[in-house]
Amino acid sequence: MQFMLLFSRQGKLRLQKWYVPLSDTQKKKISREVIQIVLARKPKMCSFLEWRDLKIVYKRYASLYFCCAVEDQENELITLEIIHRYVELLDKYFGSVCELDIIFNFEKAYYILDEFILGGEAQETSKKNVLKAIEQADMLQEEAETPRSVLEEIGLT
Amino acid sequence: EEAEKRANMPAVSKGDGMRGLAVFISDIRNCKSKEAEIKRINKELANIRSKFKGDKALDGYSKKKYVCKLLFIFLLGHDIDFGHMEAVNLLSSNKYTEKQIGYLFISVLVNSNSELIRLINNAIKNDLSSRNPTFMCLALHCIANVGSREMAEAFAGEIPRILVAGDTMDSVKQSAALCLLRLYKTSPDLVLMGEWTSRVVHLLNDQHMGVVTAAISLITCLSQKNPDEFKTCVSLAVSRLSRIVSSASTDLQDYTYYFVPAPWLSCKLLRLLQCYPPPEDGAVKGRLVECLETILNKAQEPPKSKKVQHSNAKNAILFEAISLIIHYDSEPNLLVRACNQLGQFLQHRETNLRYLALESMCTLASSEFSHEAVKTHIETVINALKTERDVSVRQRAADLLYAMCDRSNAKQIVAEMLSYLETADYSIREEMVLKVAILAEKYAVDYSWYVDTILNLIRIAGDYVSEEVWYRVIQIVINRDDVQGYAAKTVFEALQAPACHENMVKVGGYILGEFGNLIAGDPRSSPLVQFNLLHSKFHLCSVPTRALLLSAYIKFINLFPETKSTIQEVLRSDSQIRNSDVELQQRAVEYLKLSSIASTDVLATVLEEMPPFPERESSILAKLKKKKGPGAVSVNELEEGKREGGELNGGGERGGDSSSTPSPSADLLGLRAGPPVTAAAPSAGSLLVDVFSEAVKQPSPTAFLRLFVCKNNGVLFENQLLQIGIKSEYRQNLGRMYLFYGNKTSVQFVTFTTTVTCPGELQSHILHIHTWNSLEPLIEGGAQVQQVINIECLTDFSDAPLLNIKFRYGGALQNLTLKLPVTINKFFQPTEMASHDFFQRWKQLSLPQQEAQKIFKANHAMDTEVLKAKLLGLGMALLENVDPNPENFVCAGVIQTKAQQVGSLLRLEPNAQAQMYRLTVRSSKDTVSKRLCELLAEQF
Repeated sequence: MQFMLLFSRQGKLRLQKWYVPLSDTQKKKISREVIQIVLARKPKMCSFLEWRDLKIVYKRYASLYFCCAVEDQENELITLEIIHRYVELLDKYFGSVCELDIIFNFEKAYYILDEFILGGEAQETSKKNVLKAIEQADMLQEEAETPRSVLEEIGLT
Repeated sequence: EEAEKRANMPAVSKGDGMRGLAVFISDIRNCKSKEAEIKRINKELANIRSKFKGDKALDGYSKKKYVCKLLFIFLLGHDIDFGHMEAVNLLSSNKYTEKQIGYLFISVLVNSNSELIRLINNAIKNDLSSRNPTFMCLALHCIANVGSREMAEAFAGEIPRILVAGDTMDSVKQSAALCLLRLYKTSPDLVLMGEWTSRVVHLLNDQHMGVVTAAISLITCLSQKNPDEFKTCVSLAVSRLSRIVSSASTDLQDYTYYFVPAPWLSCKLLRLLQCYPPPEDGAVKGRLVECLETILNKAQEPPKSKKVQHSNAKNAILFEAISLIIHYDSEPNLLVRACNQLGQFLQHRETNLRYLALESMCTLASSEFSHEAVKTHIETVINALKTERDVSVRQRAADLLYAMCDRSNAKQIVAEMLSYLETADYSIREEMVLKVAILAEKYAVDYSWYVDTILNLIRIAGDYVSEEVWYRVIQIVINRDDVQGYAAKTVFEALQAPACHENMVKVGGYILGEFGNLIAGDPRSSPLVQFNLLHSKFHLCSVPTRALLLSAYIKFINLFPETKSTIQEVLRSDSQIRNSDVELQQRAVEYLKLSSIASTDVLATVLEEMPPFPERESSILAKLKKKKGPGAVSVNELEEGKREGGELNGGGERGGDSSSTPSPSADLLGLRAGPPVTAAAPSAGSLLVDVFSEAVKQPSPTAFLRLFVCKNNGVLFENQLLQIGIKSEYRQNLGRMYLFYGNKTSVQFVTFTTTVTCPGELQSHILHIHTWNSLEPLIEGGAQVQQVINIECLTDFSDAPLLNIKFRYGGALQNLTLKLPVTINKFFQPTEMASHDFFQRWKQLSLPQQEAQKIFKANHAMDTEVLKAKLLGLGMALLENVDPNPENFVCAGVIQTKAQQVGSLLRLEPNAQAQMYRLTVRSSKDTVSKRLCELLAEQF
């Protein structure tokens, strides 16, 4: 996989993961282009399209589009299920995930993705194992954190 | 207002919940305008900056929170130019979440040439050696996410060890495998599996499915590059696949996905097998065929779940299995079964499956075993072209029709594609037009059908008919006299339409100008009627078309003397002879003059019918090849189609005398202006070729060029008429080249001229060339003349200068263009250096763009002495006892140009077993590395 983008129906980018080296300008240009193409597609159209020398595989879940760009020889259907498994992981972690969860906890969305996919390839496809890794990390932080005052929390100190 | 803000936040905030971050994100979301957002962000940036600069040391939590805010701002699309140092500090925190945020920031924001890379690498090194699996995974994720060359240099040696060590945790192994994969993709030269190869391959046997899933991606990538070293993976992959395919749906527990056992791993195993030919071992092959059959059988079983995830996962494996079957292309039974399965999918209610079935069938169509089976689905595919609502699916259907087309169904398919064109989406029209044109040409049995098809194309989609397409129809009509009368009649009729496309006017003008006489007997298409018809379109056309029409008019004067006065009057009118366009004005003036002063004989000679075009690859085909898309796969079959169907250009009947009437001036359209090199070589020889033998194979001029990379003297070119020898010497940035032209015939060459040109950039500032003595314009039979050329290299260059030679032999003009063998390596000064110096310099040239690398198959025997001789001929110093591996060769040299000196180092690693070389060149200038690598890769 070369990159994964999550964006809203309004075209706002919610998560971007790049597995090939590109400059910031290139990333912005590509995101804009891909978002525009995908948003222009009607429901019921097929989930795959050719774009440059890559294939775009996308699926919409509620208000969010999940979109992967894979190399020409990649398997489209299994990529579609990569997307689904990621949605399942987010869903399980956040408890029926919505767009706001991903906005406010974007760092978690990245961590979960890193456990699932690394360097553009599936690292661990077992839902249990991925969530176990994330939960272990959450445990580590709870042990480490000390309670803070409310004022401090909202950034007023 | 505060309440509203809160309502915008999610109820549950998992983990540590940085409140300040949530408030900030909420603020941003509440901004009503872009300006407000920018204002809020600037305020925050100022705040963070002051915190980072403040006297009070920040605690880990605050640092983490601010770094996370910066990351959020960056991900919104704003630039961030500070905070990197604070993020790096977080890496060495012993609190997990702080470390985690630090790594995330670096993964997203740090580019490879950052000065911080050393600090980052240090922190990673600490975490890798911490033996804490969670920390190790974080560090590995960071390397995999950044994947820079610096990281490869620092860790490519260590990670394989972690990957295969017996005591490494499974999760760490998984990360290590994919981390290594990413490093291999960026810096293949730094990731050397060597002794680890066998243990890495055996990860396919690992008990932990997650480890296998991660490792197989690495193994597949390495196998693609070094198939021999990894070939033991084939039998391991087959047995793993066999175990999965035959397992019950619950056996694999959490690796079962919607009742499908390990779909990701299955797909990857099938993909890995596609890196290899079918297994040679009978037992392994038997087992694999069994797996493939089971997968095909399962497709017929009722689904275990109604969920789309179930069918997607199952079909993902099926499609991958079909890809493997197509890749092997050796099991007719499986190929036909695959085709039938895809046939079922063609009518499936899921758009995705229909799309994939069309796509996959496209490759099946090119297999001799399944081509016929694919053809049985023609009606379904045509129906898809007509009724699919999604343009990308229709595109696939068009591709498949193109791929399944052969002589038996060409008329039907071309007709369907033509009628689809009338409503086709604009985005795919041009490609459709090209495909129709190619099919019509490839499978034309009677050429009237071909002419009709192309004229229909122009009528239906004139805007999308490129020059290549209408040039081609003219070439073919000119080369085949059996279709000329029909073509003239048809274009004449097509031009009757009140509104016809400009491309139709062009084709019409050209064809009537050549062959209007063939229909002039009919009073309904008498010369004057033809002329008036053409001229009625004139004022609506663009300048190039008008120019073409003017040429058609002068041809009319020759064909039909009775039109002369009418046409002269047209040419004489102010709108022509005083036209503001120079080209039009010139043509009008010259044609008018020509028609008034030339005798009929002269006119007839100058305006003679076009001679046949030399046989060459269809330019349409070349154009389609340039376009991407799976439909383009089978285009090279055109040549085969031609061989079956007889010579399309009529080359067999008339091609032989093509150069006896060279009259280049008669080609008013410039259709003959092909690439000079290829066009010139055959025409120079063809006079004699016909006498002596059918075809004396001539290496292309570029092939001659290749011979001179490592040597300075030899024969540059030779055909039946002429031999050109060359001797050259180089010192510093200067060179002198002696050219010897030998007349091999007994007849003199007259008006012998040569010109040396430097195309493009080469001319102005790269290479400075002047010819020293001018040649006599006459070379007697059997004689040789000499020419000297001085060369100065101003700065580095890639192209070669061109040498054009023109002369007349027995009245026929010979025109020849060759590349002069001046390559950048000619200006090398060898540099001797010791091992230590070499490696120090090698390291200094470590920017990715300074290096060029090629891995290529040996074209000649891998003889050490020959290799040495070639490397010495290259001009660099061949350094002994430098590379630890005595099989390898290393060289050093400095290229002398007027502008600068470019130091270059080279390393050539032969692999005798695989008959491959790896060539690495590093230079202080990136263009030089690239060019040297290209030049040398053709030498061994």
